[in-house]
Amino acid sequence: MAIKTQPVTVNLGPQHPSTHGVFRMRVMFDGEEIVDVEPIFGYLHRGSEKLAEERTYTQIVTLTDRMDYVSSMLNNQAYILAVEKLAGIEPSPRGVWLRMIASELQRIASHLVATGFLLQDLGALGTPLIYAMRERENILDLFEIICGARITNSYLRPGGVFMDAPQEFWPALDRGLSDIVNTLDELEEYLSGNEIVFSRTKGTAVLSPELLINASITGPMLRASGVDWDLRHRNPYDYYEKIKFERKLHTASDNYARYWVRVQEARESVKIIRQCIDQIEPGPVRPSFDDVPRLLRPPAGDAYAAIEGSKGELGFYLVSDGGIAPYRMHVRSSSLINLTLLRDMLIGGQFGDLFVTFGSVDLNMGEVDR
Amino acid sequence: MTTVWSGKALAEAIEEFAPGSVQGSSGTDVWLKAESISVVCEGLKQRPEFKFDLLNSLTAVDYIDHYEVVYHLTSLPMNASAVLKSRVGMGRTEPSVPSVVSIWRGADYQEREVWDLMGIRFDGHPNHKRIMLWEGFPGHPLRKDYVTYDQSIVTSIPEISKNAGSDE
Repeated sequence: MAIKTQPVTVNLGPQHPSTHGVFRMRVMFDGEEIVDVEPIFGYLHRGSEKLAEERTYTQIVTLTDRMDYVSSMLNNQAYILAVEKLAGIEPSPRGVWLRMIASELQRIASHLVATGFLLQDLGALGTPLIYAMRERENILDLFEIICGARITNSYLRPGGVFMDAPQEFWPALDRGLSDIVNTLDELEEYLSGNEIVFSRTKGTAVLSPELLINASITGPMLRASGVDWDLRHRNPYDYYEKIKFERKLHTASDNYARYWVRVQEARESVKIIRQCIDQIEPGPVRPSFDDVPRLLRPPAGDAYAAIEGSKGELGFYLVSDGGIAPYRMHVRSSSLINLTLLRDMLIGGQFGDLFVTFGSVDLNMGEVDR
Repeated sequence: MTTVWSGKALAEAIEEFAPGSVQGSSGTDVWLKAESISVVCEGLKQRPEFKFDLLNSLTAVDYIDHYEVVYHLTSLPMNASAVLKSRVGMGRTEPSVPSVVSIWRGADYQEREVWDLMGIRFDGHPNHKRIMLWEGFPGHPLRKDYVTYDQSIVTSIPEISKNAGSDE
């Protein structure tokens, strides 16, 4: 005889260790099965877009650091590309190479954090997360050498970066890249063929590529469904057209595929950085202050620039009225938009898969709420 | 490289299947009449010459005498992008546009965000609620006439309220 159960509504978050920040969901369960999910946002809303309207174009770089705080360099890059497009600035080649190195390092760090926390959510308490965080620590040390800051870098400026990398950066980067590859090998040896990881992640939260595109979902989530869409390849910004790299695709579009794509992309980023090191040439890291003044006054108009961020397409829409501060700034946040299909992924699933699915989306509340 | 549709070419192409829906074009932008947004977007998504299957970004700008809703579209199969704009709320009336959630589900949270922070209503949105702020929050913060300081604090201390808005 089947025992009937009443649906129960449970509040998860905002203060919950597995919600990657302050995310809140109201979940209705029927036994172990999820029947309804309502995400509730806004616990980390700081009004960055409004704050930007009162700051100069250079000051806003510090605001972008605090959006997705595990990929500050990528946020800087997306914002600076929009400013350069708006103001018609021609960047200095060395500055562009340096910011590509910085943002690819940041991508590795972000993917490591995503992988580590996914495994943490799976119940592998501590060990994989600490392996991932240890490697991220080395990347943060490299950032400290290159710009003096570890997380809120504010390294980029319109036209390039604010300072050249010191001499000791290059040997440290070379050592760091070998370490990253070793860590990824180590992680994959334990995890990519692990029976427990397979049974928990394969076949859960499967989404069709058509649905993903329709819901504006980009980045590793889209590539895990077999769609070859990477802005570094399809719409190359900075000097990505001079770089050869593979787009790693998986066709399963489940939680395992998303994990796999992230680890492989981190490996590709190492190759991209090695090519940047080969091609970088001496010169100024940013245009002189006569060409690009500290107090920018872009001509009236608007510009939208997007990069392939660690979570998906990260875009900045800037409107200028000719003043020293943008008239309007909008952030196309991939963390928020990638949650559009949260209900489709969770409803009908088991309670145990909830946080695994959530971890595989890889979101950052700083960017969701801004 | 993604090819960007020029405003003029896109406006002519839109006029072919939805006559009378374009207000003007310049650079890469096409301005649409608010009431024809659904028809145009449906056409841009379905018709084989466009195939705009991805809505990159949906946002809005307050230009004081009117609001402007901005759509950035990308076509994955054609590797092309386009920018649509629509002027609404002329003369600072309460603005509203048709929702495109039924065409691109990616508009769901973005439309809610625009409603929450800019106060533009999206007719036909299945879950038309605030997203970042709580229900009952006074006003829409990204509007240019929104007063940014905490009104409850300032009104209780009159000396500060005198200086709070001035430039000195």
